[in-house]
Order: sequence, then structure tokens, then C-alpha cells
Amino acid sequence: MSSAQQVLPLQTPIPAGRARRPRWRFRLQGSNTVWAIAFVVPYAAVFVAFVAYPVVFGLWMGSRPTLYTLLFSDPRYIDTLVNTLLFVCIGVNMKMFLAFLVSGFFMQRRWWVRALLVVFLLPWALPALSVFLSIHYMLVSQWGLLDTLWSVVTGADGPLFLVSRGTAMAANILAYIWKWLPFWTLIFLSARMAIPQEIYEAAAIDGATGIQQTVHVTFPLIANVYLVATLLSTLWTLGDFPTVHFVSSGAPARTTDVLATYGFREAFDFGHPELGAAAMISALPLAIPVVILLMRRLHRSGVQL
Amino acid sequence: MRVARTRRLSPWRYRAHRRVGEAASILLGIVLIFWSLAPIYNMAVIALSAHDDIFAGTIWPASPTLDSFYVVVTEGFWYLEHFWHQFGNSFFVGLMTMFLTLLIGSLASFTVGRMRLRNGWLLTNAALMTYVIPASFLAIPFYRIMQIYGLTNHLWAVIAAITTFATPYAIFIFSQYGKSIPMELDESARIDGANPLQIYLYVYLPLMAPALVAVGTYALLLAWNEYLYNFLMLSTPDSMTVAVALAQFLNSDESPWNLMMATAIVYALPPMMIYYMFRRNMAAGLTMGGVKG
Repeated sequence: MSSAQQVLPLQTPIPAGRARRPRWRFRLQGSNTVWAIAFVVPYAAVFVAFVAYPVVFGLWMGSRPTLYTLLFSDPRYIDTLVNTLLFVCIGVNMKMFLAFLVSGFFMQRRWWVRALLVVFLLPWALPALSVFLSIHYMLVSQWGLLDTLWSVVTGADGPLFLVSRGTAMAANILAYIWKWLPFWTLIFLSARMAIPQEIYEAAAIDGATGIQQTVHVTFPLIANVYLVATLLSTLWTLGDFPTVHFVSSGAPARTTDVLATYGFREAFDFGHPELGAAAMISALPLAIPVVILLMRRLHRSGVQL
Repeated sequence: MRVARTRRLSPWRYRAHRRVGEAASILLGIVLIFWSLAPIYNMAVIALSAHDDIFAGTIWPASPTLDSFYVVVTEGFWYLEHFWHQFGNSFFVGLMTMFLTLLIGSLASFTVGRMRLRNGWLLTNAALMTYVIPASFLAIPFYRIMQIYGLTNHLWAVIAAITTFATPYAIFIFSQYGKSIPMELDESARIDGANPLQIYLYVYLPLMAPALVAVGTYALLLAWNEYLYNFLMLSTPDSMTVAVALAQFLNSDESPWNLMMATAIVYALPPMMIYYMFRRNMAAGLTMGGVKG
């Protein structure tokens, strides 16, 4: 409610405690309704044609129960499920925790910290394709940059990152964190900046050290943002395609695929689009509870990102 | 009531404490620089290598050369034959996505926020539902549907896809930002006899300019950086965008990685420039909702 509204005598005085909702605003008069509908039609058309229809179509494509028996009998699929869970749980939580810590670092007002923030945001600004290809070529075989550095430092040949499932998964997770850490750091940074300085001063007067201030002042105050960010990131990471596709491409031998790359491979490389759709739909049992939690959180607390 | 005991350190211990803190900050800063720039450095190293140097396993190429960039710019390799045309395609996709996202998003949020459409919350919630389903999950039915609409190998298929994913965010940001614009302006325009279209054009849009810039740059970058839908919809050299052309290198038997990295760097230049020019607007756009605990 703008302060001007409280001064202009446009509304009849109402008893204190009732929400100020001028009655005339709720009724759209005749021609206004036509305009309103005309303005909403473009987005409604986009939504129906490009969201509702594909969703229904996708659900229909993956609706045969035999597809799921086929899926679960494929050992690669079980591996893929495990990989996706690891990727999401470890990737999202490590990323959020690091974003929380790094955002504290960037709160400092020194000139070099602010210059560093500009450089730090670069991974997020650059296209995923370019940077993930670069990371792939840092890791692949003995001439990649990481192995070269390793041999310069230790004199021995470096490990082959993409030849074992464990290191390839670790590489995927680290590449994912590398790309998205700046974005979430920025979100947490804004949340931290919204905390008034007086609270920290009061805590310091009461004898709190830096760490105590972080744990007892900062974290409780941005806990809501942290939770919403984690839920949202979980949703987005479930369907993350470019990271695994370009960094490890499922190497070695499709053992590091996640659901998105598995579904893509089934649909477009092997010509079984229904299997691909079914693989994607099988992620819904994890996605839907997260969505419900997220919607309830947003509804209750009104956190906006 | 217990009074908390403040810890009293002697001056030199306090100074030492602070110095350790500063050293830790600087160390963290150095780690962050190396962490952030390592893959970018790798891109530059490979792009500057001659073909034989790529596999030599050195930290800096023995004889750095700008040949790869020359080949890219002059379209001198068969994957790069239509490079500038494809670059133009990417720009077209980016600009159209930006324009359509701004138009559709601002119209929708104007209707819901300013004209107080009844049940307008349905629209905003439906819009946010788009993000519930990850984009890669929608790709398979989307591809099939574009075949049905007859839009494969047309840039408009990709523009439609990316606009669909950018518009909900646009609606969200516009409605948040629009709350800071007083309704009195709309009312006075209405009293002066303006119809909703005029209010939209002459009152709403000019006041929303910062939000328009923030969302516009976001949509442009989203379209430019997008890969999956580009790859699925566009397969002819004429219709391809730079992202798809770049991914073609992966199918090559020749391992022209220096050319690939040079192309990747040229592809990464526009978002880098846009980011540097508009980074304050973009950062503002992220937080325009007013991040609250």
C-alpha cells in the first residue's frame, strides 16, 4: 500500500483492522474485461501450446506400464537412478553450503573483493556448452590441463579421471558446482545484505565471535532463503542435462549417466522415445514432494528470489 | 540477569588476530580466482595451440598462435562454413526471445497486477508451474510436437521453447517490481480517459524500464546459452545456431580441438560482453523480488 493512498480521500473510511481493498477495483467494467482478456491471451496461448500440451503428451507417451518393467530390468537404469540421487544430494547441498560461506566472504567491502566478485560471476555468465567442453578437455586423457599440472608438480602421470565411475561422478559434481555456485552466492549475498547491521552490533556487544554470529545470527535469518533455494535447486538439478552430457558423456560406458542423459539417449540415440519419456517420468516421485514442500514454503513465508 | 563477559585481548594479540583473518581472506581470494578461471584458461590455452601442440601436455603452448581464431573468423573449416550465418541465427533467436518474453510477460503481469483480473493468481501460479518440470524432461514431447506443428529446422521452434521458459520468470519479476509503482498513476490516467492499452504503453512500460532491462538481458543470455532445444530442433547448416555448430566438432574424426576452443571462445564473447555491460541490472534483476528471510 503506498503512503499516497492513505492520504488521498478516495475510499470510504473503514474500521481499523480490516484490509483496505477498495470495492470498485475488483469489478472490471465491460470494455476493460475485453482488454484484460486480450492482454492475457498471448501468455495463455504460449502456456497451452508449449507447456500444457507437451506435458500431457509426455505423460501419455510414458503411460504404458510395460515401459517401466523394461526400465527397471535395465541395470544401466538402476545405475542411473543412483547416479542422479548422488548428483542431486551431494551437488545441491555442497553447492548451497559453499554459497553460504562464500557469500560471507563477499560481504567485505574492500575493493579487491568487489573486483573478485566480477571475476567470480564469470562461470555463470558464460555458455554451459563452452565451459563444460573446456572442463571435459581438462580431464580427458594424459594431455589435459589437470594431468599436466599434476605431472609438473609431482613428476608422475596424473590419474585418468574419466576412466573410473567414482572420479567421473566427482568431476561431474564439481563441474556442476563450478557453474552454478556464483548464481546462488549472489542470492545469499543479497539475503545477507538485507540483515540490518544493528543486529550484528548487538551480538558483538553481547560478546559473540565471528563464528557465533554466523551460526546464531546470520543463518537463522537467511534460513528461509536457504531452504527455498535448496528445494528449487533440487528441482532444477534433477533435470540437469548439459553437465553430464558434456563433462563425462556418461563415461565410462554410460555408468555416470543421470536421468536426463539416459532419457535423451534412449529417445534420440536408440529411437525409443517412450522409454525416454518413461525415464523422465520416473523422476516425478522425487520431484513432486519437493514441489509441494516448495509451494507450501513460498505460500507460507512469501520468500521471493 | 547474567552479564556476558566480553573477551579482552591485548592489543598485539588483537592485531595478530586481524592479520590472520586478512591472510585467510587473501588466501580464499586466490583460491577463488584459480577455481573460477581454470576452465577459461584451459579454453584459451587450447585455442592458442597449433594443432600438434594440443597433445603435447604443456601448461602454456610452445608456440602460441592466433591461427585457430583466423580459421574461425574466415570460415575455413567444414564445420565452420556457415559460421557467420549461424552466429546471425543465434542473435536472431536471442533478440526475438528477448522481445517476445518482454512483451508477453509485461502484458500478463500488467493484467494480473494492475487490472486486477479476477483469479489472476491462477495465471501466476500456472506460470511458476512451468519451472516445476525441468526443461530437459519436456524436450522429448516438445520435439515430437514441433514435428506435428511442422516447425523443425525453423528458428521459431527454438524461440518458442525458450520464450516459454523465460516468460514465467519475467511475469514474476514484473509483478514484484510493479508493486512499487503506485496505483494512483493508473487511476489518474484512467480519469484522464486512457484505455488500458494506453495505460500500458504510456504509464506502465516507462516506469518498468529497469525491470525490463534486467529481464531482457536475462532472456537474451538464456537464449544465447541454451543448448538442448537448439540441438534437437535445428539440424541443417542453414538453420543451426552457433551452439549446435560447436557441438558438431565432437563428431569429428580429426580432433580439431584448437578450432573447437576458438569457436567456443568466440561463442562465449557476446554473453561476456553483455554481462559486463549489464551486470548491475542483472544483479538487480535477481534480487528485484526483494530477498527476504
